[in-house]
Amino acid sequence: MKFVEGPDIRDTKAPEGPIEERWEKRKFAAKLVNPANKRKLNVIVVGTGLAGGSAAATLGELGYNVKSFCYQDSPRRAHSIAAQGGINAAKNYRGDGDSIYRLFYDTVKGGDFRARESNVYRLAQVSVNIIDQAVAQGVPFAREYGGLLDTRSFGGAQVSRTFYARGQTGQQLLLGAYQALERQVAAGTVQMFTRHEMLDLIVADGRARGIIVRDMVTGEIERHVADAVVLATGGYGNVFFLSTNAKGCNTTAIWRAHERGAYFANPCYTQIHPTCIPVSGEYQSKLTLMSESLRNDGRVWVPLRKGDDRAPGDIPEDERDYYLERIYPAFGNLVPRDIASRAAKNVCDEGRGVGPGGLGVYLDFRDAINRLGRDAVEKKYGNLFEMYERITGENPYDVPMRIYPAVHYTMGGLWVDYDLQSTIPGLFVIGEANFSDHGANRLGASALMQGLADGYFVLPTTIGDYLAAGPFGEVDEEAVTEAEGKVRARIERLLSVNGNRTPDSFHRELGKLMWDYCGMERTEESLRKALERIPELRKEFWENVKVTGTAEELNQVLEKAGRVADFFDLAELMCLDALVRTESCGGHFRAESQDADGEALRDDEHFAHVSAWEYSPEGVPVLHKEPLEYEYVKMTQRSYK
Amino acid sequence: MNLTLKVWRQSGPTDAGRMVTYKVEDVSPDMSFLEMLDVLNERLIIEGDDPVAFDHDCREGICGMCGMVINGVAHGEQRATTTCQLHMRHFEDGATITIEPWRAAPFPVVKDLVVDRSAFDRIIQAGGFVSVPAGSAPDAHSVPVRKEDADSAFDAATCIGCGACVAACPNGSASLFTAAKITHLSLLPQGQPERLTRAKAMVDQMDAEGFGGCTNTGECTAVCPKGIPLDTIARMNSDYLQANKK
Repeated sequence: MKFVEGPDIRDTKAPEGPIEERWEKRKFAAKLVNPANKRKLNVIVVGTGLAGGSAAATLGELGYNVKSFCYQDSPRRAHSIAAQGGINAAKNYRGDGDSIYRLFYDTVKGGDFRARESNVYRLAQVSVNIIDQAVAQGVPFAREYGGLLDTRSFGGAQVSRTFYARGQTGQQLLLGAYQALERQVAAGTVQMFTRHEMLDLIVADGRARGIIVRDMVTGEIERHVADAVVLATGGYGNVFFLSTNAKGCNTTAIWRAHERGAYFANPCYTQIHPTCIPVSGEYQSKLTLMSESLRNDGRVWVPLRKGDDRAPGDIPEDERDYYLERIYPAFGNLVPRDIASRAAKNVCDEGRGVGPGGLGVYLDFRDAINRLGRDAVEKKYGNLFEMYERITGENPYDVPMRIYPAVHYTMGGLWVDYDLQSTIPGLFVIGEANFSDHGANRLGASALMQGLADGYFVLPTTIGDYLAAGPFGEVDEEAVTEAEGKVRARIERLLSVNGNRTPDSFHRELGKLMWDYCGMERTEESLRKALERIPELRKEFWENVKVTGTAEELNQVLEKAGRVADFFDLAELMCLDALVRTESCGGHFRAESQDADGEALRDDEHFAHVSAWEYSPEGVPVLHKEPLEYEYVKMTQRSYK
Repeated sequence: MNLTLKVWRQSGPTDAGRMVTYKVEDVSPDMSFLEMLDVLNERLIIEGDDPVAFDHDCREGICGMCGMVINGVAHGEQRATTTCQLHMRHFEDGATITIEPWRAAPFPVVKDLVVDRSAFDRIIQAGGFVSVPAGSAPDAHSVPVRKEDADSAFDAATCIGCGACVAACPNGSASLFTAAKITHLSLLPQGQPERLTRAKAMVDQMDAEGFGGCTNTGECTAVCPKGIPLDTIARMNSDYLQANKK
């Protein structure tokens, strides 16, 4: 796949000056909207997860006229709900040396020096307000006997800054945002559209002015115009077919915005989570994550000998390889996600994997049970053990769990500036859908933090600065008609192929290809192979996909086909981005770029930049580089040994 | 495993609907119930038939989107389990399984096994929140909360809004759903100022949606995938009575 290089991105709109003052400065400089004018300003928010739900609620509270869209039957079901572990915040309630600066530092380092300092610092600053907000809403965080909030250390952090609500932190935070949103629906500031899917962005006179959606129950194509559009549509991990994402998660909203001119940043940065339940068969429809907190007490191992098919209990201690403890004595089982995942892949590639197909490693609680007692282990992890048993039919108190890495999160997304505005004026992108804060690897318990920071605190301020110049008047009818026509033509095309393969069968094949060639380990050869194979498969899709039913009804096959079609185009850009970035960093491991110990080797001289891709209708994307500068955190090679 | 499925098919709200029989072969015991339906649907598409429409999303038991009545029981016979987490190892080879949508007047069928649960959102709109605009919150430690209260509030807050309670209730009551939210918020200090107005508004909305009353049969809590306790309904009634006295 060809590409060309365009001019660098030099201005991200972050204020100058000491890093701790930048967000204050930006807030003060942002123009305010007269309260009486707010209700004349229309804002569309797509997606109702932590970012979209909190943004729509907050914009409604501020008095804007908001329309909120989700594809589920209720905004409460967005996939943020499945986050288990917790949410980071620099409260330093423990007095254990945490601070805004330390959370900032850990996040920049954890992101392998591929995130923006200004954004990350703001995220750490705002993190403390999120906990206050959530508690005031009635989010039932875990508490200690004194009545204060409990915290735990998580994902390799050496301070205890993760707030949690058992293993359901995402659920409780999302319900808090959902309830705030429903309160605004009742107040009449937010109009809610459930079972609606965004299929295109309306851009008129150089501004994002609305969206085209399909009512998933009646099939009606609707046009909604506004003064600004906010995309909070989540990540694109489902390009791999199997991932920990919900089945409906897709790239369509951000991909269509990309086609309309929004740059796509770092598409190749994907996070593979180390502790998921392995695939059990060909019919597998999704992968389930087991909270990373299990690594606090579970020990990861595989048999020392290749092809050792004895039951785990029959393998004596000296014939087991506790490989994380062996390779990383300082962090042991608690190394960051990307490192734990790759290590699991390596031992399985050596033929030492366990379970069906040899794609699994043990996570063993025997020693924890002996040390702490079964009751203590049950108290800490009971619900996770139950979940494991429900899915696998095996009891982890007696037999070690089997785990394997799975695609979990995408750090890449639409490019945004410091204001969270994309390259299309009036199009804002928040939460996982943007690329902004996690660099090449996201730390545990930071996704919830970013989603809520964007939605409750950052966007409501920065979007005001844009809207202060509005309302922007009538929307050019031609632009709306063109977008609607494009959506209708595409649906018609999907329905008219009438081939012999289901959308899912294409999605599975694409996903496998991406996992094999653009997954945990990437090489020039594998990526070139993928770039050759994806267009062939896409061609077959458009010639041979079978979509039953009609456009004018609830049609889940049609919905699926449209999403798969966009995944093909995204997959190609991901592989191109991965091919161009010849270094290894964070979740992006290029086998050609590793040190003598097999660890990821960054190339700061050539790749300390964001890769922002501009869409080209001719199929020759334009690469714009945004140089990354580190004034505060010294760039070092990460080491967890 | 080989199975016979009797599935409720209904093309839309105005269609009368009927049970249709399908055979599914080579089902693996490790499949989830929804994966078994995926296999059936893949075949139906290739044969040019309309696949069975059903709601689902996270497939890990937390979003509350899936739900069907399996052999007469909401989410199937496995306790504390959503349909997506139910696995085929709990069925016998050769079994016949009936699959139906939630049946309750306030949950009209959209298509096949898909129902409209928007009444639940309207019950939350009526008062299932704490009125606290973003940015107005005091420091999180300014109000300590007894651990016991926080834990009980959490137990009620785990409701996933799937609607199994309504489907199981002989009266089609939404009391367990409504009471779970009322209990969650009324156990916490943050929920006190609006406690009584909330209870009244939510219960009134529940009635307005056409859900039946509670007669303490307890079917709801038996099928609840999150095990929301029945005594939440007592708390709801108590708050509601107090609110009406004022």
